[in-house]
Amino acid sequence: MFPSRFRYEAPRSLDEAISLLQYGGDYAKVLAGGQSLVPLMKLRFASPELVVDINNVPGLDYHRADPDGTLRIGALCRHVALERSDLLKTTQPTMAAAAPLIADPIVRNRGTLVGSLCHADPQGDWASVVLALGGSVVARGPRGTRTIPLADFVVGPFQNVLEPDEIAIEAAIPAARGIRSGGYLKLERRIGDFATVGVAVAIETSGDSVTRAGIGLTGVGGSTIAATAAAEALVGQPLTPDSIGQAADLAAQAARPRTDHRGSAEYKRHMVRTFVLRILSRADAAEERAA
Amino acid sequence: MTIVYDDPDGQTADEVPVRRIKFTINGHKKIAEVEPRLLLSHLIRRGLELTGTHMGCDTTNCGACTVLVDGRPVKSCTMLAVQADGHEISTVEGLATASELHPLQEGFKEEHGLQCGFCTPGMMMAAKALLDDNPDPTEEDVRWALSGNLCRCTGYQNIVKSVLWAAAKLRSE
Repeated sequence: MFPSRFRYEAPRSLDEAISLLQYGGDYAKVLAGGQSLVPLMKLRFASPELVVDINNVPGLDYHRADPDGTLRIGALCRHVALERSDLLKTTQPTMAAAAPLIADPIVRNRGTLVGSLCHADPQGDWASVVLALGGSVVARGPRGTRTIPLADFVVGPFQNVLEPDEIAIEAAIPAARGIRSGGYLKLERRIGDFATVGVAVAIETSGDSVTRAGIGLTGVGGSTIAATAAAEALVGQPLTPDSIGQAADLAAQAARPRTDHRGSAEYKRHMVRTFVLRILSRADAAEERAA
Repeated sequence: MTIVYDDPDGQTADEVPVRRIKFTINGHKKIAEVEPRLLLSHLIRRGLELTGTHMGCDTTNCGACTVLVDGRPVKSCTMLAVQADGHEISTVEGLATASELHPLQEGFKEEHGLQCGFCTPGMMMAAKALLDDNPDPTEEDVRWALSGNLCRCTGYQNIVKSVLWAAAKLRSE
């Protein structure tokens, strides 16, 4: 298989990339890691006339914390860099748990977090993680730069709100106000397969009390699901077996799974509940150890 | 070097976008003219006639087409040949010298690490990247590093043994 014919440009700056997109309009696609776009082009599900490869744009392969604690992940930061990141291991438990579970080790060498968010696959892992953390996508276009919360960025399966002449230049994760804990668990038939179910939980605690919670669900609906009621049920009180159980039940209710070759809807819903319980029970245990 | 393109659309030859790229393959510097839609795996197999790199699933799953790009394993069916511009590619042909097998190749021979052999080039390249990073991997490290490579003969036990054999050999050299 190979893609249909297209023109290829590899600009050396973002401004140049944006002008190319202005020229290409709806028929242009940005290529970063290519681990979703190239397969789609080979299958002819995507047939862009112009491919704007941003791999030669310098200065986009970073992930770093601002002085205020905001984490920024550049458009060319590969999954492997996040998997090996000490910064994530020490400050971002949910992201650190997810990074080694993305696709497989070879795909992680090229694929990017920002590309994964743009691809907006309901079975994509990063979208649930960034959603749980209350993160955003920063987009740049001819009219300037705007920050779009992930909840507004993904509008359906494989759909995002970027204008044709905009490029997602980074993802931003807000600083924690309390102590961060949480995790990501994924059920997959084998490494590299799409998630049957994935659950991202991110909580912040101050003193005894949970001050912020986010839960994102992968693969159990037409797009990434924010289990808002489940997350809200945790806030304002310590983590207890009761509050954890309630959140797990509400998360399972928020899931909209469909029966397919990966499992029945009932099974997937059950796994959502189990994963929320497991992640939060561990978070609870970690807090006890810290105390 | 010649690459002949399919012409299903009946465009004139001038309308076909072609780019000239410069890259290194197994230490040899090359310049090629490629159509942007040519995949790296096709450039390697058809353009360079290095058929050691196999194409298995063609859908980014199996890892048979794994090559190293600047030392990192990449599925060459999922990278455009134009993207190799300015980069160093290593394929399985780059492992052995004229007179000697690479320890990984010896390991696969000693430990019976292949049955049909189709996945072997990809396994070896993924393993090479692992051993370059970590000369003393555990069995778990090896399994993790090879988890993006499928073997349809299900010979994983011996593949893992082969890589550990090679690691030990490389350490003793």
